[in-house]
Amino acid sequence: MERIPCPHCGPRPLAEFSYGGEVVPRPDPEPADDATWGAYLYVRSNPKGPQSERWVHIHGCRRWFTLTRDTATHRILDTPLRKEEA
Amino acid sequence: MEQPFRLKAGGRIDRTRPLRFVFDGKGYSGYAGDTLASALIANGVHLVGRSFKYHRPRGILSAGAEEPNALVQLGLEPRLVPNARATQVDLIHGLEADPVNCWPNVRRDVLAGLGLAAPLMPAGFYYKTFLASRHLWRHVFEPLIRRAAGWGRVPEDPDPDVYTHRHLHRDVVVVGAGPAGLAAALAAARTGARVALIDEGTEPGGSLLGQTRTLDGHPADQWVAEGREELSHLPEVLVLTRTTAAGLYDDGTTVVAEERLTDHLTSHGGHGPRARLWWLTSKTVILATGAHERPIVFPENDRPGIMLASAARTYALRYGALPGKRMVLFTTNSAAYESAIDLQSRGLRVEAIVDARPDPSGPHVDMAEALGIHIHKGCAVTATDGRHHLESVEIMLLSPDLRTVQAPRKLIECDLLCVSGGWSPVAHLYRHAGGQVEWNAEVRGFTPVPGPGLPRVVGSAAGTHALSQALERALTAGAEAAREAGFGDGSASSAPRVTETDALDGMDLWRVSDQPGDGGRAIGRPGHLSFVDLQNDATAADIDQAHREGLTNVEHMKRYTLTGFGTDQGKTSQVNGAVILARAVGEGPEAARLTAQRPPYTPITFGTLAGRRVGGLLDTVRETALQDIHRDLGKNGGAVFEPVGQWLRPRFYPKAGETMDRAVARECRAARQEAGLLDASTLGKIDAQGPDVVEFLERIYATPVASLPIGKVRYGLVCKDDGMLVDDGTLARLEETHFHLTTTTGNAAWTLNWMEEWLQTEWPDLRVRLTSVTEQWAVLALSGPKAREILAPLAPGMDLSVEAFPFMTWRAGAVAGIPARVFRVSFTGELSFEINVPWRYGPALWKALLAKGAPLGLTPHGTETMHVLRAEKGFILVGQETDGSVTPRDLGLGGMLKTKRDFIGKRGMARSDLQRPDRKVLVGLRTDDPAQVLPEGSPIVEAMSSARPLPMLGHVTSSYLSPMVGRVIALALVKGGRERLGQTLQVPLEDGDLAKVTVVEPVFWDPEGKRRDG
Ligand SMILES: [Zn+2]
Repeated sequence: MERIPCPHCGPRPLAEFSYGGEVVPRPDPEPADDATWGAYLYVRSNPKGPQSERWVHIHGCRRWFTLTRDTATHRILDTPLRKEEA
Repeated sequence: MEQPFRLKAGGRIDRTRPLRFVFDGKGYSGYAGDTLASALIANGVHLVGRSFKYHRPRGILSAGAEEPNALVQLGLEPRLVPNARATQVDLIHGLEADPVNCWPNVRRDVLAGLGLAAPLMPAGFYYKTFLASRHLWRHVFEPLIRRAAGWGRVPEDPDPDVYTHRHLHRDVVVVGAGPAGLAAALAAARTGARVALIDEGTEPGGSLLGQTRTLDGHPADQWVAEGREELSHLPEVLVLTRTTAAGLYDDGTTVVAEERLTDHLTSHGGHGPRARLWWLTSKTVILATGAHERPIVFPENDRPGIMLASAARTYALRYGALPGKRMVLFTTNSAAYESAIDLQSRGLRVEAIVDARPDPSGPHVDMAEALGIHIHKGCAVTATDGRHHLESVEIMLLSPDLRTVQAPRKLIECDLLCVSGGWSPVAHLYRHAGGQVEWNAEVRGFTPVPGPGLPRVVGSAAGTHALSQALERALTAGAEAAREAGFGDGSASSAPRVTETDALDGMDLWRVSDQPGDGGRAIGRPGHLSFVDLQNDATAADIDQAHREGLTNVEHMKRYTLTGFGTDQGKTSQVNGAVILARAVGEGPEAARLTAQRPPYTPITFGTLAGRRVGGLLDTVRETALQDIHRDLGKNGGAVFEPVGQWLRPRFYPKAGETMDRAVARECRAARQEAGLLDASTLGKIDAQGPDVVEFLERIYATPVASLPIGKVRYGLVCKDDGMLVDDGTLARLEETHFHLTTTTGNAAWTLNWMEEWLQTEWPDLRVRLTSVTEQWAVLALSGPKAREILAPLAPGMDLSVEAFPFMTWRAGAVAGIPARVFRVSFTGELSFEINVPWRYGPALWKALLAKGAPLGLTPHGTETMHVLRAEKGFILVGQETDGSVTPRDLGLGGMLKTKRDFIGKRGMARSDLQRPDRKVLVGLRTDDPAQVLPEGSPIVEAMSSARPLPMLGHVTSSYLSPMVGRVIALALVKGGRERLGQTLQVPLEDGDLAKVTVVEPVFWDPEGKRRDG
């Protein structure tokens, strides 16, 4: 089974994780017009290649983290720790 | 005579262990070590099936996984196995096998006799017929074709066998235990690396088990035996035979393989699991999956007695079974000469070698000439004859451009035609991992293109034809893979010296013309079908037709002609089909593209994939602390349960002989008139605390939080960023920075995870901790006018008066001597106490409440009564009144929303479309017929008309017979519903009737709320 490198626990089997989708920055709600908010809700870039995405080690440490995955090969390119955890 | 084609000696069969078996209703004998195919050949049986479309007689083509023809039905109900490849079925005593695709038997096939099959199904038949008339297809063609086509029977009964899965981590996994795989595994294992070597056969050795080569001066099988012996002494090495690698997954790191454990060891079920699915996760993977010999496409190339040259040799050398007496070899390369020479040495008479090349050369060509074998150079087989078995072949001269054939023609009598059109490396797993293949002119096959992160490929799978070279490269690959995994220095021992076969040295002959230059033919019938895919009866002419109709992409051609479909997935047809299409377009093989190859390599039974996850182990079943009580309750075998998410909850508690409607009516009345008791332990419960918990909850909830005093409870709404309601529940403030939250049963896990996501990803600065306490607190909801009277004696330290313990507050104290948190919230509209006690005290509390309450009429009720009671009050149920497109405002809950500060969902619900006045909103429906329960989800229309589509105003979300109201009640989402109060609308029912309904307020019971304080 493919292994996901949890930044807290090390590489663990895929089945221990849940996928959280592409990282989409949340616009400031107040000034955002409907189109901006709609894009935040529904539009995803769906790239073929590297994508920054969220995962959670749901059956492990339950921590969320961001990693970069090549969507064409499933190769994981990095799993940066957040600054405050480094 | 028994086994007339069996050699007196030789082969890897055990002549001291004869085995009886039945094929197509007739008894035969074979030996231990045989496959069904080799035993049939030893008995002179070549006709093993009828073809799918034309019902033509078909024989055994190959000796392995690539077999397209020899598909058999094995076993008895409930262990029926359809479409097993006779070439891979080990012979066992008492085996009963039947051919597929023929009725009543293989020699007298009714459809073939009537000549019915062929004209029905030209290429593209499925698509054209389906497009022309859905009706005709559904009711005429499909049933007819399915009945005639056969392709095996599946069991009707449940599978009685057990299957299992196993995960294993390795440093090096080698797929295929032929010469290259064995060498690679040895080199890797010698470093101390953890190695797994897997092979689909019953023993390692692959092609070496049926050859006459020597390695270091010894017979090849001795080298195999020594290698096995060495591996068996290395503790970190796992050798799996009878194990087929089905696929390579996860970036090429995990080999998924099916090991046939007790499967087919006896003719009845074995002890222990039938099969095991291996998940072999490895640092490095080496593929040594070999190559399949390619047939040649020529007219009438499908008769029984036409066989791949290497397969014929395997039957003679490995199994001691001669596939004929007089043979012709039709080849495009020198390597196949070795097969002919080996077969001649075993007693077959080689009548001729038909070589497409004008001037073949090489040691084995010279050897064949020295043996006096006549070689027809620059020739091709142009037709074959024989009813149920090959009797003769016709050969003609190939034109220099190979596009046509010409006189002189010659007829050769023979009962075996060996063919070799070259070799196709088996790169399935490489392609599963994302690897590409490309035409390799030297190998004359599609070979893997190396790339970073892709598995190593060795042996003939990599296009390495020469055995010495294959062994040398495999040893290096094994040592390198081990070094990469952290073992050894990458150096390998030297390869054994081997006697070599001729170089492949072949030519491309993709297709022999079926139109002889002079028009006449010596033998054969009209039609001259040249088969590309034997399993699907796809011919070269079908590919021509696909091309003529514009289908020049190989994936389109595949679907149009069916080339490459079926249980063999085109192992012998894919390359020929792709190149014939490329040539039709005017290109060479280098321009051909192969269709995608997907797992599994050979079919796997669903049982293996499911493993232990069947029946009760399919999914988790969650039970509350009171499950045993629910089961025992009542005289009629306890509660009737229903699944709610993973939970199993009591739906109702029937008394003896009581129907569901009557039980629910009784439970409803008790809850309204005396008191009801519900196990509400499945409610999601979250303990939220931390210095920033108020700020966090204010952001999460659409309803206000900060203003909630300690000791009080508030109803809360949770929306997503799109403004749609996703969950509801209560918030109780335990301390200044400590809350007890509840969620719906179904969304408990989702809601906690979703809160965690916000906390961790968007607001990591907030100091909050969330803990699921769902299974820490058992919850019993005591509800009804007598609730206070029942609870009071059990909670002497708790003042239950309205003044001391008002609605929407909570108190801590002892109930029946158990430490408890009691919440005065109500999901029924009646006076209600939700009593939370530590999980394991749930049963004790239940018993104490019933002991006190039963004399007063306290009655347990299940989820069905809960639904009726809450619907009577117009309380929504998330997931019933909502579907992800409903906002709190749509449900009439807009007044509860925060207006000033931001929360998740605020911006979303401000979007213009969500402000439309004609949005569907929650209303009640009063049915004209007081007994007409409306099916949930029923559409609501203004009136029936001929307009199409009929404008739909909304749908029914809940509908029950309410015993207290005395009629059916219903909730619905209706466009502009508030403005339609009093209007009469219509609900079309499934049986064509219309139910008339009146739009009313969605509260049917105690609209003033007078009952909630008791
Ligand atoms: Zn973790």
